[in-house]
Amino acid sequence: MMNSSTASLIAPLSPLLPPRAGLGLKAEHFKEVLQTLPDVGFFEVHAENYMVAGGPFHHYLGLISERYPLSIHGVGLSIGSETPLNIEHLQRLKTLLARYQPKMFSEHLAWSSHGPYFLNDLLPLRYDASTLQRVCNHIDQVQNTLQRQILLENPATYIEFDQAHFDEASFIHEVITRSGCGLLLDVNNVYVTCVNHGRDPLAYINALPLHAVSELHLAGFAEDVDKSGQRLLIDSHGAPVDQAVWALYQQVLECIGPVATLIERDNQLPVFSELLAQARLADSYLLTAQVQP
Amino acid sequence: MKLQEVFSSAVLDSQQPCPGGVVSRNGHFESRFAVYRNNVQRGLINALAFSYPVVSILVGKDFFQEMARLFIKHSPPDNPVMSTYGIRLADFISNFAPASSLPYLADIARLERLCMDAYHAADASAVNPQALAQMLHVPESLDQLHLQLHPSVATLDSPYSVADLWATHQSEGQCHGYDLNLPQSTVVLRYGLSVEVFAVRPGYTAFINHLQGGYALGPAAEHALHVDPYFDLSKALALLIAHGAITDLSLPPEISP
Repeated sequence: MMNSSTASLIAPLSPLLPPRAGLGLKAEHFKEVLQTLPDVGFFEVHAENYMVAGGPFHHYLGLISERYPLSIHGVGLSIGSETPLNIEHLQRLKTLLARYQPKMFSEHLAWSSHGPYFLNDLLPLRYDASTLQRVCNHIDQVQNTLQRQILLENPATYIEFDQAHFDEASFIHEVITRSGCGLLLDVNNVYVTCVNHGRDPLAYINALPLHAVSELHLAGFAEDVDKSGQRLLIDSHGAPVDQAVWALYQQVLECIGPVATLIERDNQLPVFSELLAQARLADSYLLTAQVQP
Repeated sequence: MKLQEVFSSAVLDSQQPCPGGVVSRNGHFESRFAVYRNNVQRGLINALAFSYPVVSILVGKDFFQEMARLFIKHSPPDNPVMSTYGIRLADFISNFAPASSLPYLADIARLERLCMDAYHAADASAVNPQALAQMLHVPESLDQLHLQLHPSVATLDSPYSVADLWATHQSEGQCHGYDLNLPQSTVVLRYGLSVEVFAVRPGYTAFINHLQGGYALGPAAEHALHVDPYFDLSKALALLIAHGAITDLSLPPEISP
């Protein structure tokens, strides 16, 4: 039997993010956000960028989090690691969450550290029984330490592993059920992964535990081809959201209703107004989803 | 070896083969694995280029990328806070033969590290100027006064004029004539939300280093005079006071008022 004690101990968060579009907060936009106070549902930041003692990052995040709901998104816990979680990092995270009391904290179904080394990327997992046990144990440890439910994000992947016992969506279903964490459904990642592995994105989405979705992510991908000339999409966070991903997003909203949606952009950062326009577009999809029966 | 051990070693080193067990639907798993290799290496190179922009300008983008690639293989990050990555870069550059024609490059890396650290250093309020003025006007206790400096304050002594070289590569920096081959001392601190870099006489850095080492004002100033007979204590204090860099004052208990 899996240890599923966390599911009963850690109650789901009640004050969730509003069912609006949010934006990733970048240092380049701190001043503009405070000067113009744009109508945005929430802001999201990467936890690791704020694991610093003081200075401008905390100054601006403090002011912005007084004015907007905040979501904190971790990229460094390495929940899928074969090696134990970095306790020091987990404690830094606990301190950060205690300071800002975000509405949401999310992490990834991936690994990024091995032993003492951190690779700064979200690397893929072999979906087998031992990985399932390990991921659930790590989520238990994180949720117990942070004393809150976390959301886990589905990955964008470029390869798979032989001897995998689960497809990705079933694996996520098992993790969510056993650990009691929520799901951050990254619609771009679903699209990227399904194109790369020749799957049907809608079938993938329907195999997920959609009741557990508490946040959505939208981002842009880069288009490449592999050696055989087949499409190879890369989760670059460096482009506007693709039309195919907007269409898939609309289908997701039809299934689950309006849910807080982040526009992610980390590279080739455009002017703030361009991000705001993407958020407005997401808001219009959310509004349509709201009025449907 | 475990899967992730093989995988992590192969993403950091392009000479290694794609790990066993990696598959893709069309058999072209190697070009797909290369996406991870590229993401990891490029992500870390970009993190270094962000923290060391002047080093990158001085050697050029291509050279920086190759040097960073070797550094990453040699010293991968040991924690997920990317703003701290590169602490060992200056020492790596010192021993990096292809960069030996730029002997000041390692000290530019040291200076950029101090700037990044100052930017993210803990916050602390400057001491009340009146309290400070009061203390500074009591000559009997002045020598034994302990000054607490702002956490962002740091120093660098270099055989090269690295503060001047650094300043010419800042957008606001003025391009004035200087001799790169003259030694220069530098003070870095954060004033409000901005990191400031000052080219100073060597006595200043000796003074600050001794204050940070727990010496009282008198002995710290003596050490500074030993390093630089022209050390001017009032000017050094003025620099610190004007930039909010003195955050606490204390006297030993026996002479505390």
